[in-house]
Amino acid sequence: MRRMLFEGLFRRPVTEGAPAVADAEIDALAERLGVAAKARLGRSLSIREVDAGSCNGCELEVHALNNSYYDVERFGLRFVASPRHADVLMVTGPVTANMREGLERTYAATPAPKWVVAIGDCAAGCGVFGKSYAVVGAVSDVIPVDLVIPGCPPEPIDMLKGLIGLVEASARG
Amino acid sequence: MSTFRTALLNAALTVEEQKPWPRITVDGDTWRQATLAIAAGNATLAGLWAEPDAVHMALLDDQDGSLMVLTLATTDGRFPSVGLTHPPAQRLERSITDLYGLVPEGMPDDRRWLDHDRWGVRAPLGSGAPVPTDGAPYAFLKAEGPPLHQIAVGPVHAGIIEPGHFRFSANGEIVVRLEERLGYVHKGIEGLLTNTTLEAAAKVVARVSGDSTVAYSLAFARAAEAALGVGVPQRAIWLRALMAELERLANHLGDIGAICNDAAFALMLAHCGMLREEVLRTAKASFGHRLMMDRIMPGGVTVDLHDAAPIKALTTRVRQRFPRLVELYDNTTSLQNRTVATGCLSADLARRFGAGGPIGRASGRAFDARKAPGYPPYGDLDFKMAKRDNGDVDARIWVRIDEVFESLELIEQIVDRLPPGPIAYPLAPALRERRVPQAGGLANEPHDNTTEGLAMVESFRGDVLVWLRTDDSGRVLRGAVRDPSVFQWPLLEAAIEGNIVADFPLCNKSFNCSYSGHDL
Repeated sequence: MRRMLFEGLFRRPVTEGAPAVADAEIDALAERLGVAAKARLGRSLSIREVDAGSCNGCELEVHALNNSYYDVERFGLRFVASPRHADVLMVTGPVTANMREGLERTYAATPAPKWVVAIGDCAAGCGVFGKSYAVVGAVSDVIPVDLVIPGCPPEPIDMLKGLIGLVEASARG
Repeated sequence: MSTFRTALLNAALTVEEQKPWPRITVDGDTWRQATLAIAAGNATLAGLWAEPDAVHMALLDDQDGSLMVLTLATTDGRFPSVGLTHPPAQRLERSITDLYGLVPEGMPDDRRWLDHDRWGVRAPLGSGAPVPTDGAPYAFLKAEGPPLHQIAVGPVHAGIIEPGHFRFSANGEIVVRLEERLGYVHKGIEGLLTNTTLEAAAKVVARVSGDSTVAYSLAFARAAEAALGVGVPQRAIWLRALMAELERLANHLGDIGAICNDAAFALMLAHCGMLREEVLRTAKASFGHRLMMDRIMPGGVTVDLHDAAPIKALTTRVRQRFPRLVELYDNTTSLQNRTVATGCLSADLARRFGAGGPIGRASGRAFDARKAPGYPPYGDLDFKMAKRDNGDVDARIWVRIDEVFESLELIEQIVDRLPPGPIAYPLAPALRERRVPQAGGLANEPHDNTTEGLAMVESFRGDVLVWLRTDDSGRVLRGAVRDPSVFQWPLLEAAIEGNIVADFPLCNKSFNCSYSGHDL
């Protein structure tokens, strides 16, 4: 183990540079959010992930944000265990009837100011599950959504871009 | 099981057109005899599903992997319970009651399972009677006594995982009983597989459990091809296996890291996480999608492999780095202290529940769908089935470690021997041919022009079962899928008993059951 740790100290990091996010995108996002969050949050956001009915494909890619290649924490983005600690809810999946209350209560438990990011095609518009008795709708049908990151599943780099945009926008707001 | 199978075939009322394994309709007495035979261990229950007026039970022979489906018509909405004598069937029967309104006679547990009183309808795939969505409370099993307390967890968990509820009854730190309540991510997949196009059904099945998307698409394609009688080019068969092994490799690497991380050994997660990421990037470079979703379709595959160099480079890199991680795992006593003798699953329970994948193989159940029933190209490939007997978290890690090496071996063999040729046969001509009545084929002609297919495929988690009924135009009339998690979830309840609460994440991760695959 010692050898591995030493190598980790001296080898070049695998972590890749930050993806470019266009200024115009950030401005648009800042305008849409329209909240003065900078004083309260600075350049840091705590994220609570909620699976409202996904196939777990999106979860795999959200997980990947934490690996050394993307290292999401260097941008001040941190996944937290409780909605009480969160500024952002990342919601995946079409909202199932059985998870609706869970999602609503998680949203209610998150202190304001808060943002909701809908991750993936299902969260954005139910994906292939729209015509089911067991699905109540997209995330925006249940709680207000601030940012949508489409894809099936979206790649970690797309999520990273969206989240960096959110940090920048909230700092500008 | 072979004598048992012969007896069943002799007792069959009719033999239905299902490929490649027979489906027979039986009477109530034969159904009851079959349930007793399963309970006695003469066969393994591989699936139990329904349609509005019938129930189907898939039986598996553990030795040769052959399958058989028994069908019982339910004229009065009732059928003799399988779960009465064979507990692994109970949650499946509760699901059948929730979805179709059919009643398993004698079932000891009549609580709703998937139906949380939220759908607004009762038996949505049966009568579909409207009911209020008031979310009735769930009667958890009792564990009573002065020192016991309950811990309720979920459905929204602390980590980045799927939703489900766990109710622990604990005596101090010791878990006396764990009861799972699942169904939160029920999306109505069986309903979505009713009367739909082949393409739409393929997309739904690919999203039953995202981590096993390749295995599900492969099982769906094989079931559809069996039902419709269409062939697949050799190159597609090999590319399918290549994708399946890349998926297994990525998931096992992720799981090994994540299990160690739940024992607070984050270094392993960091290194395994990098390797996993490299597999996904290679998948993207080779097949255009990190999880290789929708790459396998009935008739073949949708993308060809133009350059095998990234895959070769990947296996070389993993071979360089992974053995050192294995050594690290093996030599870290503080980590072993957490994993060895934790969450033991007995060989007997693993066999009775037909536990598939690394969970079964870590508890001595030598079953791998790639070996038996087996499907091409695995018969032409050289690989060993990983197996351990201790049944603890450590054994489940070691099975995964062994399987990482086997998958590397398989990937290298496949890349070296990949046959040339087309990657898909179009389905349309084959289907047109089927619609023309063939002379002399009347005796074998299926009634009302439907045919059925059944397929079993080994996902990284265990055996996935897909059943389809199609008509002549290739439409899917009905479909059912069964995830390995269905039989693994109840075993987690058994494995955690007597362990400390703090070891639950470790045990849970070492099982890594799918919520979505279970809830459907």
